Amino acid sequence: MTGGPLLSVRGLKVVFGLDEGSVRAVDGVSFDVMPGQVVGIVGESGCGKSVTTKAMLQLVDSPGRIAAGEMLFRRAGGDAVDLARLDPRGREIREIRGAEIALIPQEPMASFSPVHTVGEQIVEAIRLHARQWRPEGGAVSRADARAIVVDLFRDVGISMPEQRLDSYSWQLSGGLRQRAMIAMALSCKPRLLIADEPTTAIDVTTQAQVLALLRDLQKRHGTAIVFITHDLGVIAQMASHVVVMYLGRVMEEGPVDAIFHAPRHPYTRALLRSMPGMRGETRVALPTISGTLPHPFNRPAGCPFHPRCEEAIAGRCQARVPVLRPVGGGQSASCFLHHDEAEAT
Amino acid sequence: MSGPDGAQPLLRVRNLRKFFPIVKGVFSRTVGHVRAVDDVGFDVHEGETLGLVGESGCGKTTTSRCILRAMAPTSGEMLYRRRDGSTVDLAPLSRRELRPLRAEIQMIFQDPFGSLNPRMTLFDNVGEPLLVNGMSNRGERMDRVAELLRLVGLRPEFMHRFPHAFSGGQRQRIGIARALSTNPRLVVADEPVSALDVSVQAQVLNLLLELQQRLRLTFLFVAHDLSVVRHISDRVAVMYVGQIVELAPTKSIFERPLHPYTAALLKAVPVADPRVPAGDVLLKGEVPSPASPPAGCYFNPRCPFADERCRREAPVLRELATGHSVRCHHAERLQLAVPQERIDPAGRSG
Amino acid sequence: MAGAAAEMSAAEERISVASNWTLVWWRFRKHKLALASAAVLAVLYAIVLCPDFFSTQDPERTDARQAFIPIQSIHFLDDGKWAPWVPAAVGKRNPVTLRMEWGTDPARKIRIGFFVDGPEYRFLGLVRAKVRLVGPLDPEQRIFLLGSDRMGRDQWSRIMHGTQTSMTIGLVAVTLSVVLGIVLGGISGYFGGWIDQVIQRLIEILQSVPTIPIWLALSAALPRDWTPTQVFFAITVILSLIGWTTLGREVRGRFLALREEDFVLAAELAGCSRWRIIVRHMVPTFLSHIIATSSLAIPVMIINETSLSFLGLGIRPPAISWGVLLQEAQNIQTLALAPWLLLPGLLVIVAVLAFNLVGDGLRDASDPYSK
Repeated sequence: MTGGPLLSVRGLKVVFGLDEGSVRAVDGVSFDVMPGQVVGIVGESGCGKSVTTKAMLQLVDSPGRIAAGEMLFRRAGGDAVDLARLDPRGREIREIRGAEIALIPQEPMASFSPVHTVGEQIVEAIRLHARQWRPEGGAVSRADARAIVVDLFRDVGISMPEQRLDSYSWQLSGGLRQRAMIAMALSCKPRLLIADEPTTAIDVTTQAQVLALLRDLQKRHGTAIVFITHDLGVIAQMASHVVVMYLGRVMEEGPVDAIFHAPRHPYTRALLRSMPGMRGETRVALPTISGTLPHPFNRPAGCPFHPRCEEAIAGRCQARVPVLRPVGGGQSASCFLHHDEAEAT
Repeated sequence: MSGPDGAQPLLRVRNLRKFFPIVKGVFSRTVGHVRAVDDVGFDVHEGETLGLVGESGCGKTTTSRCILRAMAPTSGEMLYRRRDGSTVDLAPLSRRELRPLRAEIQMIFQDPFGSLNPRMTLFDNVGEPLLVNGMSNRGERMDRVAELLRLVGLRPEFMHRFPHAFSGGQRQRIGIARALSTNPRLVVADEPVSALDVSVQAQVLNLLLELQQRLRLTFLFVAHDLSVVRHISDRVAVMYVGQIVELAPTKSIFERPLHPYTAALLKAVPVADPRVPAGDVLLKGEVPSPASPPAGCYFNPRCPFADERCRREAPVLRELATGHSVRCHHAERLQLAVPQERIDPAGRSG
Repeated sequence: MAGAAAEMSAAEERISVASNWTLVWWRFRKHKLALASAAVLAVLYAIVLCPDFFSTQDPERTDARQAFIPIQSIHFLDDGKWAPWVPAAVGKRNPVTLRMEWGTDPARKIRIGFFVDGPEYRFLGLVRAKVRLVGPLDPEQRIFLLGSDRMGRDQWSRIMHGTQTSMTIGLVAVTLSVVLGIVLGGISGYFGGWIDQVIQRLIEILQSVPTIPIWLALSAALPRDWTPTQVFFAITVILSLIGWTTLGREVRGRFLALREEDFVLAAELAGCSRWRIIVRHMVPTFLSHIIATSSLAIPVMIINETSLSFLGLGIRPPAISWGVLLQEAQNIQTLALAPWLLLPGLLVIVAVLAFNLVGDGLRDASDPYSK
């Protein structure tokens, strides 16, 4: 495999056309995912992180649509395909979904069919993407697929895998369900895993188990992971590269250590400061980000963060939109404090 | 501020139990019980924040609902000291007897979108406790609601708007305004910031701290997020399968936990610093079902230090150091220190 | 702090003070079809309010010599000038079949006008009035805008009066059902326990009874000597006694769900009485949904009444309803001779369609999360 990125997103724009107006859920997002790398996308509600990953799998529902940009994905055979241009119902994206890019969704309960056993669903996925297990061609029989699932379950730490295979998703506890979901995501040996808030709905001790599992699997299989979360602690533990989003744009991105210890963008800095950590003084006022998230129809002109930014440059930050540019240390930021390049109007 | 220095606690909970019957069959026979709250006891001092923390199924929400008398406990006492100094046990009171006490004990909810009646304006939502508790003059209510909205950082003109016009953080503030409308003494906050974004969480936490100072409120703060609980509580109680396993001042719990479960919980929290490695996953297995807890110590199947005694004999909650109680046979002997870099306040990034 | 909340645009401002009903109306407005259907229903209910105004004459006026006159269509222009008229019907008795055959004489025009005076009637049973929407300029003349039936009665006027009866029954029966459903379903859902069990069993029994035989039995049991009005009310009550069960179940489900809502708990913790919680918090929350569902139940009631009356077991002559009118069209011969007697059926279809479209529109509008 050549040294280029596995996935390269450039200038992605996703627009939702609602009755009241159009909402730019993703407004020019660019980042790269290298093979085997864990990229964390972090941001608060409305930042567009979930929509970005949906767009990667062409799962954006009407009234949303991909308005601009490209997502170059290097397929197993070596050729690159622009995911943004694929037909959402076409053959190519269906081949990619599951087999090359898999999704671990936020709510495992909602993602498993309640009328099929978890084993049946994974067996179905494996047989659909038989080529992943039988590169020479040929189908995977039911029995073989079952055996694969049993191994997978063991791999993800599900005890009594043969019995659990025949359970329904609602019979499993939260932690087991999430593991089963991970098993399903891994069942077709994807090279890129998208984990959309996979631990938000589970307890902290189960979360620790699931994160350890993901780290382990990632090392063993060399899968790249795009990890979406709002939890900065989880990002710090999982990601090697972080993308910080706000209101549909990338504010800052860079190596995880730089982002946490030398953040350049005022939003990242404010976000880190406003978290009550496990350290520091208790029962004191936390530094907060002033103001509130703007209404989607009321996007500020210029830099999306400027109305709440303590370091905004008068006259500049509300007039032009800063683009993402390298600012040293492997980091890039969209901020006029660090460079002067604005978006062409 | 607060402290067990002779002053009677505001609330004393003793041997609280809440069991839900498991009903099966055509004739609705009771085949067992879910032991949601299984012998819980603690004091809450006036002006303090007691954090109640634990994972799902531990019983913290049920405990808070019992204290609020949103449901009647199966057994136990909840001795509440009224404004006039008299003490009353909330547990056996009837609906009618509870009514005059409602104004003194209020609740802040988790879900900002479900806790306000969407068909009523802010004035109606915030003013209802006032109306129901005797303030029938509308003008008086409007003044008070305006005052409350200002108190939580919202403009008084907003009182004519409906909840759907506000963001999650703002709705949470409205919920806080409603809870404070009758000048309560005890406020039960049930995961008040869990559903909010990080930046909004900080605003609401600051607001709660400020209000506590200004109005001398007492909080029972139920949450699953340990860093939030740490930030806002004076003392913390850790619950597991319906029982309190450790109860101590915040600093002690977080720096020197004495119960293996607490230590495992603390190790499991991901620290927002990539230089701090992820803790070893000490806990295997799953939380047992409260319908059929294990024999002996409820934690023993998952505890790395469990021995034969733990499997046979259930430990009681006992005080080891001043104000620090643990439910564990071996608490004195266990070395459970949390790694230094996790608690060293050696400056935060930024 | 939060005082620095961004200024809302004017549109946001309007939305923020909009009550739920206002929002529902705004959403409803967007469905053009539903809006048009609502207009149709408005016209129909205007007729309900004052059928005499819309009729040309007394619907009971018989004249056997003027039986089965076909539709007299309105011509608006006479020699290019505004002078509405209908062709007079000229009849000739066929010597073989002994039936009157009707044709028109182009020379004989009956001039008509709008908002003319006709036979006197009482508006809402109180106020005397004479003005009618359309009628012959010469009050001695009779016009048959939609033809006449076998007893020479004007179909147009009869249809207007039939509209009043049929649409009213539908509305009243559903309202009764709604009240019964909310009360019984609410008690069932809010209090639970044995009350819930009893009411649920009652609902199940009522629902498992085959409806048609019950209706037949109940309306056959009505004393034959009751006045049409009494029969009218009795039929309404019968229809709603059976019809409340579905709604009752739904209301119960809603109450059960609402009981767990946080804002209901907040109201309880504030010290609200049970009654206040039900009336102020729970009912308003699902009222718009109930109304939407009910508007879909009205056409069912209308069809039920029409069917019962058509079979002779509901409203009986001389009272007039769509079902009664359709009774006249029961045999093939009549149909062959006077197909215009089927027009009440068309009206049933129009009313049912309109209610369905409005109901769908209301349901979409009152449930913002359905998308």
